[in-house]
Amino acid sequence: MSKQFLFDGRPVAFEDGQTILQAARVAGHYIPHLCWHPDFPPHGSCKLCIVKVAGRHVSSCAMPAKEGMEVESNTPEINGERRALLQMLFVEGNHFCPSCEKSGNCQLQALAYDLEMTGERFAHFFPERPVDASHPDVLLDFNRCIFCELCVRASRDVDGKNVFALTERGINKHLVVNAESGRLADTDLAADDLAANICPVGVILKKRVGFAKPIGERTYDVKPIHLVAMEDGK
Amino acid sequence: MSAPRPKVRIATTSLAGCFGCHMSFLDIDEHLFDLVELAEFDRSPLTDIKHCGPCDIGLIEGGVCNAENVHVLREFRRNCKTLIAVGACAINGGLPAQRNHLDLESCLREVYMSRDGLGAGGVPNDPELPLLLDKVRPIHELVRIDYFIPGCPPSGEAIWKFLTDLIAGRTPRLSYPMMHFD
Repeated sequence: MSKQFLFDGRPVAFEDGQTILQAARVAGHYIPHLCWHPDFPPHGSCKLCIVKVAGRHVSSCAMPAKEGMEVESNTPEINGERRALLQMLFVEGNHFCPSCEKSGNCQLQALAYDLEMTGERFAHFFPERPVDASHPDVLLDFNRCIFCELCVRASRDVDGKNVFALTERGINKHLVVNAESGRLADTDLAADDLAANICPVGVILKKRVGFAKPIGERTYDVKPIHLVAMEDGK
Repeated sequence: MSAPRPKVRIATTSLAGCFGCHMSFLDIDEHLFDLVELAEFDRSPLTDIKHCGPCDIGLIEGGVCNAENVHVLREFRRNCKTLIAVGACAINGGLPAQRNHLDLESCLREVYMSRDGLGAGGVPNDPELPLLLDKVRPIHELVRIDYFIPGCPPSGEAIWKFLTDLIAGRTPRLSYPMMHFD
């Protein structure tokens, strides 16, 4: 008899060492997330995967599953917190979806749709970080970054090129390019590196391929992210 | 026979908008005939009323980019029981807010003074003209907003769903296909 915990009232089996998020996914339950990726260790920055266990809010991507624990995820309280987190991410950056070529294929936007975030409600920061268009094949718009560090991790741990990093602290934290000049053109990033293809939002974009998919056929036009993410395994 | 239900009074305006949200509103097509049975219009680009009187619903398109926008928005908030931000500009400043990382004076000089083929006019300075704010702002940063209808523009169906929910006394809710920011 394998070990079990309760996820929104339903039993979920797990093996020792699995996190709540991993075990829930195996059992077919989606938990919203932005910085978590199945091929990388938990990061714990986006906090979208919070769940309630024994009255406390914990990150399900990092919390090991335990026998008999009662986990609340898809509840008005937790989804309300997730909506507030999304609103914070939207006002921190310049998320002008109408002119963003990631629109329709963006995980941040898709989660906002799925969690019925109609407006931001907080005051906007309107950051002023210039784009980096120096690379022949890849464009960077730093004002859309959500600091998930997936590009940092992919470049360092998979591509072995160490092209990206986060720098500074607090609200001044931002993504930088690891080159003396700070320019993407002065790195060895290639357009088919994992780091150039893993961004969940519209920061790292391939040049000359924007707006190729008709409206209605983009990833999240067809299905909400809670279905797409489970089918893709991401 | 109960007395006929009093009509809902609706006001609309465009601040730093492109009138696209109003066009999308007109995209409810023949539902406009249903709407005039349920509602009558106060101040709106579609009527000739110059100032907003007491209303049930105010629909605001566009962000706030100049002093006149601020006065109009406050007039709407004073008079409308329920004030709704319609479209991306009203909700987060929208594409016009992409001027927020530029210096306002250099923008005006660029357009009115530096371009080839311009006369010696200079930046317009008649007091009749409203001064620009240094940044474009979402409307919820100036007055309290009750609801947001996202989209650039929202679809006619989304606007119709929202209005019919509100008029019927339901909490407005958009289905997944009606939720979009672009």
